[in-house]
Amino acid sequence: MMFSKYLPFFPDQASTIAWQVDALYLFLVAITIFFTGLVAAMVLTFSIKYRKEKNPIATQIEGSVPLEIMWSVIPLGIAMVIYVWAAILYFNMERAPKQAMEIYVVGKQWMWKVQHPSGPREINQLHIPVDQNVRLTMISQDVLHSFSIPEFRVKHEVLPGRYTQLWFNANKTGTYHLFCTQYCGTKHSGMIGEIIVMEPAMYQAWLSGGSGEGSLASNGEKLFTSLGCVTCHSGQSGARGPNLAGAFGNPVKLADGRTVVADENYVRESILNPQAKIVAGFGPIMPTFTGQINEESLIQLVAYVKSLQAEKQTTTGAVAGSTTNPNPEPKQGKPTK
Amino acid sequence: MSTAVTDVVVTETHVMPEEHYLNADHSLKSWLLTQDHKRIAILYMLTITFFFFVGGIMASLVRLELLTPAGDLLESDTYNKAFTMHGVMMIFFFLIPSVPATLGNFLIPMMIGAKDLAFPKINLLSWYIFVVGACFGLAAMITGGVDTGWTFYAPLSTTYSNTNVILTAVGILIAGFASIFTGLNFIVTIHKMRAPGQTWFRLPLFVWAHYAASIIMVLGTPVIAITLILVALERGFHIGIFDPRLGGDPILFQHMFWFYSHPAVYIMILPGMGVISEVVTTFSHKRIFGYKAIAFSSVAIAVFGFLVWAHHMFIAGISMYAALIFSLISFLVAIPSAIKVFNWSATLYKGSVRWNTPMLYAFGFIGLFTIGGLTGLFLAALGLDVHLTETYFIVAHFHYVMVGGMVLAYLCGIHHWWPKMTGRLYPELPAKLSALLVFVGFNLTFMPQFILGYLGMPRRYHSYPPEWQVLNVLSTAGASILAIGFLLPMLYLVWSLKYGQVAGPNPWESTGLEWETSSPPPSHNFHETPVVTSEPYNYGEKEGEV
Ligand code: HEC
Ligand SMILES: [Cu+2]
Ligand SMILES: [Cu+2]
Repeated sequence: MMFSKYLPFFPDQASTIAWQVDALYLFLVAITIFFTGLVAAMVLTFSIKYRKEKNPIATQIEGSVPLEIMWSVIPLGIAMVIYVWAAILYFNMERAPKQAMEIYVVGKQWMWKVQHPSGPREINQLHIPVDQNVRLTMISQDVLHSFSIPEFRVKHEVLPGRYTQLWFNANKTGTYHLFCTQYCGTKHSGMIGEIIVMEPAMYQAWLSGGSGEGSLASNGEKLFTSLGCVTCHSGQSGARGPNLAGAFGNPVKLADGRTVVADENYVRESILNPQAKIVAGFGPIMPTFTGQINEESLIQLVAYVKSLQAEKQTTTGAVAGSTTNPNPEPKQGKPTK
Repeated sequence: MSTAVTDVVVTETHVMPEEHYLNADHSLKSWLLTQDHKRIAILYMLTITFFFFVGGIMASLVRLELLTPAGDLLESDTYNKAFTMHGVMMIFFFLIPSVPATLGNFLIPMMIGAKDLAFPKINLLSWYIFVVGACFGLAAMITGGVDTGWTFYAPLSTTYSNTNVILTAVGILIAGFASIFTGLNFIVTIHKMRAPGQTWFRLPLFVWAHYAASIIMVLGTPVIAITLILVALERGFHIGIFDPRLGGDPILFQHMFWFYSHPAVYIMILPGMGVISEVVTTFSHKRIFGYKAIAFSSVAIAVFGFLVWAHHMFIAGISMYAALIFSLISFLVAIPSAIKVFNWSATLYKGSVRWNTPMLYAFGFIGLFTIGGLTGLFLAALGLDVHLTETYFIVAHFHYVMVGGMVLAYLCGIHHWWPKMTGRLYPELPAKLSALLVFVGFNLTFMPQFILGYLGMPRRYHSYPPEWQVLNVLSTAGASILAIGFLLPMLYLVWSLKYGQVAGPNPWESTGLEWETSSPPPSHNFHETPVVTSEPYNYGEKEGEV
């Protein structure tokens, strides 16, 4: 929908959600033009028709209850239509579909670091296959950032200290803008990059041309051993820590009686701040790893814990390029604290 | 009072009254120690005009930089400081005090037939506090500036920025007390000092609007004070409120900041709406359409305005269900504004309309505020906000409300009451020209920014992709026209102080109490305490409903 090269009005529509956002936008533009036109017409016709030269004596009018009701209720009705429409759209944007390939993003002043599950890493670039649900799990190493792809009409803040998620389905190959839209200091406007949407075959080729560093989960497994996690989380009965296999995505009973679902943020917190939520039946003996593991390694550990799932179950991910399985549970939504 | 409008302005010649608040005493001391609300209003006016131009220079730097896609005029850090100082100066040291501290201060006692505000000394104190706060802000700017954006988001502001955050925060904190004192003073004055016969429903809508804004000032400002203190403590002592590495939560900062800063936009806009109600009635020589609807809508805005703050955080990781509620209330708060716009328009119907300068500004306000309000719906709409937030769409929307709305209302009010404040009329022709320049320049500046926003251009960007240059050049061109429109009044208003035609007590033939006394008014406002016997805007016999 590029109107002209020099005076564009719309960014490319390159995701499945883009036209839906545009439709709502155009509806609102129409509403805006209509009401601005109406008000302008009222103001101008009245003030020209009843200008002092034409109408030296004003007719004193008190007001009108029916009119007040009319111009409260009609705008209210229209507002409610927009509200519901936009809310449905928002829920579709915020809740990732069950089947989605997962990519991890770390934002820092002033770059984007991307890790694909099967190993490749990139900076300020994100390669993805076309026509595929992609879910980004994102975290910041320092200040707030925000991951924005205008051509996809999606955006989400990237926070320090907890994962947020963003999903999209790119339906048009090409190269698109990536912006950090949350002001983040000196080189905020340099925190940009490219989203490269490729045919699946090309994407596979791109993946296999990667650095050969091993998958995220396998790197996580190495950390799991080297950091000594495995000594307590051996998975054997009688181990000092709970068996992590199958834990991810499932409810966990806590010592204080609460039940929480083990999502990415829960695993992250369990590593950095183990005392915050103690699993029922275990003592608060897990040491904190705060300051010892950077965000990228944490992501690898999280990916590993997630993958432990896969060993238990035999479903293979229907998602190209993903070595981790999609969540077995229809766990949806972005993680919240 | 006669219903026929005669052209008093041109046909009658007036002489300046012998004694008035301006010539009561000429010494500097008499100004600096004055307790006269009118003089304090003038002091405020001079102060905020200065800050308006400081903020304006910062804005010019930003627009000049954006003429080209590359960040080539300023260093990144300088650019970041420029837009931060633009926001800080304009919001905290110009917009928030603008109408209330100048026009409100000058007019509220006069509109209710009082000699002064309830606490004249506190009023003077509030100006001093404001000046001290503003000096801190200025000092922060001169000694290196601050680069966090006017929103001071943590943990950038608490941990990562190495600019003058604390100094700026202290400045805003101090200026906040000025705002609290002004609000308190207004509330007490409106409750206690009304002239005999001046019932609540005989109050001019300007007073209602200030009453509503005062409530927000008193209730909201302490929250921003606490927030800024916490930022300073976190910077100084790492107490761990906002920085996640210390166990804090950056989203908490946003909740606290917007709990004040959303209602603060109503502190800024409500008094402006009050101005428009006065001007529209005066220049159509007609009763206001729907007095109670407008009065109560001000109060509704003040109350509901406190319940929408998280609409600034829809993509910041708040729960989806919270977002649903905040979105809903944001839509609801738009309705009282719509009611006002329709009532102003309807007031013109069968009026006797004069196209004087204040009226031109009022027309401009109604049009631009309508666009500002309607584009607010885009941002309240959850699924659309995701794409639009943090882009130039926000910048454009905000400026439509704050400049197209509030600054126009301020200029509108300054022109409307200039004869009352100074006793002189400004020349109509350059005044009309400047109103036109402001309107055209404004739209040319900010209309392209809506488009840029939809295209995805992030706000606060020092450089941008080349395909957006044309729109940015248009915007900068508009800003230069706008700048001329803002400078012009400085010239002819100052000129009019000496050479302007003597206005006489009531050049616009308004029914407001403030117009019943001489222009400029005597120090104690009225020679005799007025007695109010009818509703405001009593421009003639009622002829019932339409
Ligand atoms: C000293 C033994 C010990 C070590 C070493 C240890 N943990 Fe733990 N871990 C525990 C215990 C005990 C619990 C259960 C109590 C709790 O929640 O703190 C636990 C809980 C967890 C949980 C939550 C499990 C659930 O079922 O909800 C995760 C995830 C976890 N640990 C990951 C790790 C990782 C990753 C490492 C290495 C970086 C690690 N642990 C190192 C003892 C240990
Ligand atoms: Cu960033
Ligand atoms: Cu708001």
